[in-house]
Formats: sequence, structure tokens, C-alpha cells
Amino acid sequence: MEIARHWRLRKQRYLLPEAGEHPVGVYPIAPNGKSARSANGHGAVVTIEAEQSTALQTQVRTGTVYSYTTVLNAPADFEEQAPYVLALIKLDDGSMLTAQLTDLGEEPYIGMQVEMVTRKLRTDGDAGIIIYGYKFRPTLAVANA
Amino acid sequence: MRDVSIIGIGQTPVAESWEQPLREIASQAAQIALHDSGLKGIDALFVANMLAGELSRQEHLGALLAGTMGMAGIEAVRVEAADASGGAALRQAYLSIASGAIDTAMVLGVEKVTDIVGSARLSAMATSLDAEFEAEQGATPAALAALLMQRYMHEYNVPLEAFAGFSENAHFNGSLNPYAMYRNKLRPGMFAAAPAVATPVGLFDAAPDGDGAAAVVLAATDLARDLVPQPVRILASAAASDTLALHQRKDMLHLAAVTRSAQKALMQAGITNNDVDVLELHDSFTILTALALEALGYAGRGEGHTLARPEIIGLQGSRPLSTFGGLKARGHAGGATGVYQTVEIVLQLRGAAGANQVPGARIGLAQSVGGLGGTAITHILVPVE
Repeated sequence: MEIARHWRLRKQRYLLPEAGEHPVGVYPIAPNGKSARSANGHGAVVTIEAEQSTALQTQVRTGTVYSYTTVLNAPADFEEQAPYVLALIKLDDGSMLTAQLTDLGEEPYIGMQVEMVTRKLRTDGDAGIIIYGYKFRPTLAVANA
Repeated sequence: MRDVSIIGIGQTPVAESWEQPLREIASQAAQIALHDSGLKGIDALFVANMLAGELSRQEHLGALLAGTMGMAGIEAVRVEAADASGGAALRQAYLSIASGAIDTAMVLGVEKVTDIVGSARLSAMATSLDAEFEAEQGATPAALAALLMQRYMHEYNVPLEAFAGFSENAHFNGSLNPYAMYRNKLRPGMFAAAPAVATPVGLFDAAPDGDGAAAVVLAATDLARDLVPQPVRILASAAASDTLALHQRKDMLHLAAVTRSAQKALMQAGITNNDVDVLELHDSFTILTALALEALGYAGRGEGHTLARPEIIGLQGSRPLSTFGGLKARGHAGGATGVYQTVEIVLQLRGAAGANQVPGARIGLAQSVGGLGGTAITHILVPVE
């Protein structure tokens, strides 16, 4: 049962709109010798860009599909979901992340517009916690009244 | 730094060796290599293995295998860099002798992939990816290779069939290699008809996992000349890394670690990539073969797949590749693979490759890659004159 590891990642996985909560997991050494984690103060994972700019206040939750694949041979704990679509998503702030596509009503394609949603990733075995995180769905059109 | 040579080689067949535990296949390969070297003992043991902890509940392989071989007491350590562990262990052994700290060493690669089966094995393989941001999203090595392949096909307008030549070449050469896991040739059409693993990566794009052990014995070249008739010099040894997660790379379709490692090695050797007579690259997936050939400067961007022809990569071709079957047909024995590549290059340079011989091979390049290019370790070998 891996409780601590998943608890630590909860903010990244839900992409909560706090400064610097970007799901990258990079801890560059800052010029002043402190790691980015301590420089930030509240233990957030930050990117080099976040450290240098105060502009990262809003989480970018939309992007396009850079590449995708339908996974047929799934690793442990993911077998029930198979086949599922894994993708590289280029977020609208230029950064990239790896995530599943969900709620697909059509075949995915490179360049498809997608938006982040919170979904169950997997269960940690039979007795462990349910792990939630981000997946991306085709951007829903907003109805205009 | 002293000159270092390979004076002994040994290997076991790559296979699903249900009957044999890790320490047994390891000691078999070690015995063959030690006998080949003529030495009675070695100063140090470097074990190349990626997943024994996950697969066999066994860490601490240095001490375990030194004792298994009846050499308890010598310096022994395991080296890990995912599926580049073989190249990594070779480099560490090379540096230890080149530095003058020791005179002789064995590099012993071993992997027992069949100790775990099914989806749990895939999870174990996924530990070579970014655990938090790739594996936790459901990624596997095949899925990430598929993302690269899909993007490559999209950017360069390349059909899936373009990659078939790599696997057909590997299987042809593997059919001649008694140690290869797969001895069947791929008939025309088989590649296109293969079931998908993670689209568009099919069964015949992906190298099979196999159990295996391979070993090489190293000695300072000054000593080597007196010990064996055909030492093979390590002319160059160079390693490089790239970001582990694909999504962190600036240019995903360029294997930067492959380029960096190869450039350093070619510069050490004082040669160009054109001077290499025989290549063993990391063909865990056909897309990685195409990208590696581009990163090594053998083809332009998006053109690596055009080299997948027998007149280029065949044994009689201009750039012989996967000469004993490569990962695809000889089989991919995890951390041992880099050592198998080294054994095969040595056989080529000794002129002892039998039906797999590349005529007149004088300069060989072996490149061991971890995961999807996070680590690349290049060795250039030549016969001692």
C-alpha cells in the first residue's frame, strides 16, 4: 500500500489553481543554491519557469493532443480499463504532459482540442486507496443561452 | 588512463528459462567467459541487471554472484541504468581498469524476466519510465514508443510498413544465431498483420523479453596481449543522459542522449560514424531504431526508416545492424542486453561470428540505451593489432 507517495502528489493530480502546482516534478538548483522546493516556501513542486515568473497564477487546463496511442497490453491495476488511450498533451501554455484521454465520442487525432478533468487513475491493489488524477476529454462546447 | 581490452566472452541462450534461477544462468555465462579469458580469478565483478528486485525479490547481486561463482571476497557491485545497465556496467569496469585501480574485471549481465508474468511484469518494466508522471498515468515502454511512432508517422508522413525492414533484418540474422530467442524469419506480410500492443506499435515492432546472461572479462591491454591471442580493445567509452519523461524533452523525435554519447565516443576513437563496420543498437522498438540511426547521423530527420533495407543494414550491407538478431530476434534480456551486444561485437572482430559474420569487420560500435532514450552508453571496439 503506497499511501505517502500518492498523498504527496494530490495537488499535482487535481491541478489545483495554486501558484506553481505544475505536474512536472522538476527540482532545479536555484542560483542561490537552494532547491526550488525550499525557495517556494510552502513545499510546492515548481518548474524553472514558475520560479522566475509570478505569472503562473492560473492553471492551464486546456491543450491539444500532440500524440496518442490505444494501449492494449496494460500494466497491473490498469487491466480493467484496457484498452485505453494514452496521449501526450500540449497544454496551451506550451508545456507538455502525459495523460489518458477519456470521454472519447470519436477517434482521437493529433491536434484535437482537449480539457482537463478529474478521473480515477487506478486503485492501489485490493486494500489500498483509490488514486484520482487528471485525464483529458475533448473540449465540450459551451452552450450559449 | 590505461588502455583496456576484452579478453573473454560468454553467453547463454536468450529464452524463457523457467527451470533456471538467476544465479544459475549468471554463473554459466561467467564460467564460459572466465574460461575464455584464461584467468583463474578477477579483481572485481560488475553485475548488469535492471529488475531483479522487482522480478525475483533479489537485490545485492554483486555479493550474491561473487559468492555463487566461488569468488566471495572480491570487490563486487551491481550497476543499473534500466536497459542500459549492460553498457553502464561495462563503462564502470572499463573506468576502473583504465584508472589503474584494478587490473582485471568481469562484467556479468543477467536478467530473469520470466520470474514474474502478466501485467505485473509490465508494471515492473514501467519502473524505467517516470514513475509519477508517466507510469502512474498508465504508460508502459510500448505505449511511449507508440506515442513517438505515431508522432513520427504524422510529422514525416511515413506508413507503418516502412518499419518492417528492421524486424525482417533482425529475424533473418537471428535465424543464424544459436543463442537467439527467435529463430524464425519474418515472411513478407507478417509484419503488417501483427496484432497491436499499443497502436501503432505491433507485436513485430517490439522486442521480446527473455531471460539471459552474458559476460565479458576485461584486462589492461598490456596484460591482455600476454593472456589471449585475440584481445579486443575498448577504443572508446562514453555515456550521456536525457530527461527521463518524454514530455520533458524539447525535441521528442531527436534522441539527444544517443547523439551526445556517440559523438563523445567517436571523438575519443578519432573516427567518424562512416568508419564503423558493424553496429549493435538498441532496437527495443522499431521506432527507436529509426530515431537512433538519425541521431547517429546515418540518416536525416524523418529518414531513418529509409535505411530499413538489406542492402544497407544486412550482413553484407553498408551499415550492418543487429547482426545476431538484435533485441528483436536475439531477445531483450533487460540489463544483460548491453553485454550481449558487446559479446556479439567481439565475435565479429575476432572473425568468429560464423554464419553471422560481417566480412572484414574491424571497427564495431555497441550502444546500450535505457528506456526511451533517457540513458545512452556507447562503446567502440577494435581488435588489438
